[in-house]
Amino acid sequence: MPEKPGYLYFPGCSLRATGVAYEESLLELFRMLDIPLHELNDWNCCGATSYMSVDEGSAFVLSARNLSIAGGMEAPDLMAPCSACYLALRKTQDYVSHYPETARIVEEGLKAAGLKPLNGVRVRHPLEILYNDIGLAKIKALTVRKWQGGKIACYYGCQAVRPYDEVDRPHDPMRMDQLMNAVGVETVDYSLKTKCCGGTLTGTIHDVGVRLNYILLKEAVRKGAQAIVTICPLCQFNLDAYQAEVAKESGEVFDVPILYFTQVLGWALGGNLKSLGLKRSIGGRGLVRKWFTENREVLANA
Amino acid sequence: MNMKFPRTMKFQREAEPLWSEQVLKFPGCERVSSCIQCGTCSGTCPLSIYMDYTPRKVIGLIREGFREDALSCRTIWLCASCYSCAVLCPQKIHITDVMYHLKQEAIKDNLFPRRFPIPVLAKEFFKIVLSRGRSAEVPLVLRMALKSNPFILFTMMRSGWNLFRAGRISLKGDRIKGVAELRAALSAVKEANGA
Amino acid sequence: MPDSNGAVRVGVYVCHCGSNIAGIVDCKAVAEYAAGLAHVVVSRDYKYMCSEPGQELIRTDIQEHQLNRIVVASCSPHLHEHTFRVATANGGLNPYFMAMVNIREQDSWVHTDKAAATHKAKDLVSASVRRVVLQRPLDKARVSIDPNVLVVGGGIAGIHAALTLANAGKHVYLVEREATIGGHMAMFDKTFPTLDCAACILTPKMSSVKAHPNITLWTYSDVENVAGYVGNYKVRVRRRTRYIHEDLCVGCQECVEACVFKVPKVNDEFNQGLGKRRPIYLPFPQAIPQTPVIDRETCIEFKTGKCKKTCVEACADRHAIDFKLEDKLEEIQVGTIILATGFQTFDAKRIPYYGYGHYPNVYTALEIERLVNASGPTSGEVVLRDGKTVPKSIGIIHCVGSRDENTNRWCSRVCCMYSLKLAHLLKEQTGAEIFNFYIDVRTPGKGFEEFYQRLLVEGVHFIRGKVAEVTDWVFDPSEEGMLTLRVEDTLLGVVRRIPVDMVVLSTGLEGRHDAQEVRRLFNITCASEGFFQERHPKLAPVSTFTDGIFLAGCCQGPKDIPDTVAQAGAAAAEALALICAGYVEQEPNAAYVIAEDCSGCKNCIPLCPYSAITFTVDKRAEVNPVLCKGCGTCVAACPSGSLQQRMFEDDELFAEIEGVLVHA
Repeated sequence: MPEKPGYLYFPGCSLRATGVAYEESLLELFRMLDIPLHELNDWNCCGATSYMSVDEGSAFVLSARNLSIAGGMEAPDLMAPCSACYLALRKTQDYVSHYPETARIVEEGLKAAGLKPLNGVRVRHPLEILYNDIGLAKIKALTVRKWQGGKIACYYGCQAVRPYDEVDRPHDPMRMDQLMNAVGVETVDYSLKTKCCGGTLTGTIHDVGVRLNYILLKEAVRKGAQAIVTICPLCQFNLDAYQAEVAKESGEVFDVPILYFTQVLGWALGGNLKSLGLKRSIGGRGLVRKWFTENREVLANA
Repeated sequence: MNMKFPRTMKFQREAEPLWSEQVLKFPGCERVSSCIQCGTCSGTCPLSIYMDYTPRKVIGLIREGFREDALSCRTIWLCASCYSCAVLCPQKIHITDVMYHLKQEAIKDNLFPRRFPIPVLAKEFFKIVLSRGRSAEVPLVLRMALKSNPFILFTMMRSGWNLFRAGRISLKGDRIKGVAELRAALSAVKEANGA
Repeated sequence: MPDSNGAVRVGVYVCHCGSNIAGIVDCKAVAEYAAGLAHVVVSRDYKYMCSEPGQELIRTDIQEHQLNRIVVASCSPHLHEHTFRVATANGGLNPYFMAMVNIREQDSWVHTDKAAATHKAKDLVSASVRRVVLQRPLDKARVSIDPNVLVVGGGIAGIHAALTLANAGKHVYLVEREATIGGHMAMFDKTFPTLDCAACILTPKMSSVKAHPNITLWTYSDVENVAGYVGNYKVRVRRRTRYIHEDLCVGCQECVEACVFKVPKVNDEFNQGLGKRRPIYLPFPQAIPQTPVIDRETCIEFKTGKCKKTCVEACADRHAIDFKLEDKLEEIQVGTIILATGFQTFDAKRIPYYGYGHYPNVYTALEIERLVNASGPTSGEVVLRDGKTVPKSIGIIHCVGSRDENTNRWCSRVCCMYSLKLAHLLKEQTGAEIFNFYIDVRTPGKGFEEFYQRLLVEGVHFIRGKVAEVTDWVFDPSEEGMLTLRVEDTLLGVVRRIPVDMVVLSTGLEGRHDAQEVRRLFNITCASEGFFQERHPKLAPVSTFTDGIFLAGCCQGPKDIPDTVAQAGAAAAEALALICAGYVEQEPNAAYVIAEDCSGCKNCIPLCPYSAITFTVDKRAEVNPVLCKGCGTCVAACPSGSLQQRMFEDDELFAEIEGVLVHA
């Protein structure tokens, strides 16, 4: 096997806290695909939406530090699984190249910190890495477990598909759906797949945030889905952790598993059950236990 | 029936055309003058139904120079940065960036109610990252709640407990080695901004 | 003292142009300065040189002072070069002994420093005086105009232009790509604002075209090659075969009925895919010519060779069907060409959030035109895609694809009016509740605003707001099974969710997808938006930069039927002007090759934007003076200097340069 450079890996703050299941399943999945991941040295927080709300230059400089460090490491691609981190890094690159004023401020900041200038490392997302670099055919061929769960709704959220469309197209994206189909999971036609979950609003204006998630859960169930699969830790957190609040506000009870696509893929490709973060789910725990068993049926792959 | 009849009239002396021009110079805000007020942004915004001024109206306020209205409305804080508006806008206005810019100005000028959770969260997040280079959810939520609305902690108690049980809350926060580096970069930015 | 022994005698005229020039340039001083230059016999300044008295000055001075060269320092040659040439000619001189100096657009209008501007004017006059001394007497060339006309495109624009020209006694070739003429107008149900039936007003004109002795109608045909120049175009037309002899067919259509496909299976393009047709078909009942066409892409006989050919049996008496027929190439000669190739509608799939192609009950405006039409796929019954449900609520979204930086920037001009028309027709047919969603209501034509009032009174909802999405997401039980439109009602200032049964997308107009290929064929230009470029947007909307080629209708830009017809008439008139004059005069500014000096390097040939240079059998370059527009590119590129340009000879240019520098 030729030496692969693999990918630089930017976990982001969420994947070490509420989104820990994402990291666990992502690492397990890439381990099974035999793709090396190199965690970005001493990475700092990307600033998400909060930094941009306070000061734009500061927000860009946070990402610039990460990009600068990445530029000196062993792989040309930097993978950021969290949508907010992905967008912060991607947007910084874009604005530095389009707006001279922004480029100047970032340059000053990096110089003051003694960091190297930006060199064009490619910012990537695991969804499009799996789709583009590995491909549906390979994923399908590596499937060893047959899906025993119900239909799912793929939920992409906002910041991974807007405003940049390299991860997937902003309206009716299909890459996650196709990856799920490739491992034998049936997906529903979910019209709200890119409708906002409210982001941090669940923590600040609670009832508004909760209602946005109520809408998402309700429509997924109405379309026949029994679980929702996501790519963003904040979306997963909102849909998962507040199902009790949703019930209180709306009077309708939801007990829906909210999974990461890496958990589903990791399981289908034969990953270690203990390493997929399955016990971290709050909603739909019963279904999670039922669906994600050792079941290893040798599938005849064409 | 309420027998008070508040008078609403906008006088030109309230308009600040110079401020309007300034906003247009910020990265991402250039195309605000091309707005045809079609309303697509408000139509797609998932939060527009909770706003006092819809995104379209905020763009209108900027063009007419009504600075105080634009900076003190709830719209800018309700914006979840989902970018739906920016992607659909037929004039390709980066509306999300406009909202960010107004947030920044409002924070600088302190034009929001003291205990409004959203700007409080933003400012606390800023401080935490400045001090350790990474975010730390428990201190962040606690500080935000204490400075805005402590009762929020009670509503989130059940979810908080579930999260803790699932091992999704880390009590110790990470701290990066290069904090000094980061602080140097951030203060250089502060100076560059002041320049 | 007058000198008549062959010496050069120059008259200089410095125009004040009111205060346009005199406000900045000291015209008197310039005239005084010019009086002192070599060869200058007369030097005047005058308020308005282009006026009658001004021109009279030139004429009388030539006579009285035996002038043989004229310099006029005034505005841009674009405006009055012709005026002063005529004045010079009327004075008895060759008009090319006149040189114009632009001291307005290039001096007084662009400088504020009076002293510097006056000095500059003197420089320019000095240059021109030196130049004019060397100018040669030239004659305009005449090119004769073939009276035949080619009209490309058989929509309402092409039809009207062809009929106008034919009625004027000229012979017209009308070439149409589809199997029938009629274009988009034949697809419409009613036309705004009068609600005239489109077919009823169009078909008589179509019949006139067929019957007119001066029109040669070639349908199912393409223009393959165009060579030549104004007055002398040679065009090759490919008449694709229908596999039916047009002269034998009487249009009974029994062959269509007899086709082995008892149930039609091919997507009917005329009905926008809403219905099906057979491989042998007539596009629509009133098609002209009334000859069916066999589509070789879908006919079994071409796929397998084993069809029963019941169509041939049905035509046993006349033997009009012949599968052995081939395309025919025709070579024609015409003097002028009118392009009336029309438009295409915006592809609604490019706006995914409106759900066209994803949700069945989202339609484009053209689909609705066919649906409401009595000879359409449902015989005029407005039903949803299931073929039976009558919609109880309909949303019509304006500006689909138009006024949008992400798709087409421009306003397509006709959509507001046709959206109103469709609202009226749909309401009349179904009694449904109708919502029109607009950004502006554009109703500029005659009777248009009154039509809008009519719609308001009929109770159609007009909501000012561009629809953000068409979705099947149900939030309220009343929305189940319907399509919900989420929109900000900007006038009421609220965000609304409006569930409807049917959504109509008012798609905009754009240039045809093959506009670039077509324009290259005819050597004209496309504007940035994909429509053909007119010579001047205000003063020459039907001419192009290629003499003899005219535009009519939507190929030049989106417009409605009255404007299209008006333009078609205008294009016909322009063509007639050329034909009736019988010849066209060419400015003698063409490049020419001094054959002995040409080394045959061929540098010039690919550079010519007008393809005016050819390589002769003696291996020399040769310039066609009629095609040449005098741009000078080849002259500058020629390494041997064997390419020269009349009116811009090397000695003339060097004299000008000297004239500027000597004064400095």
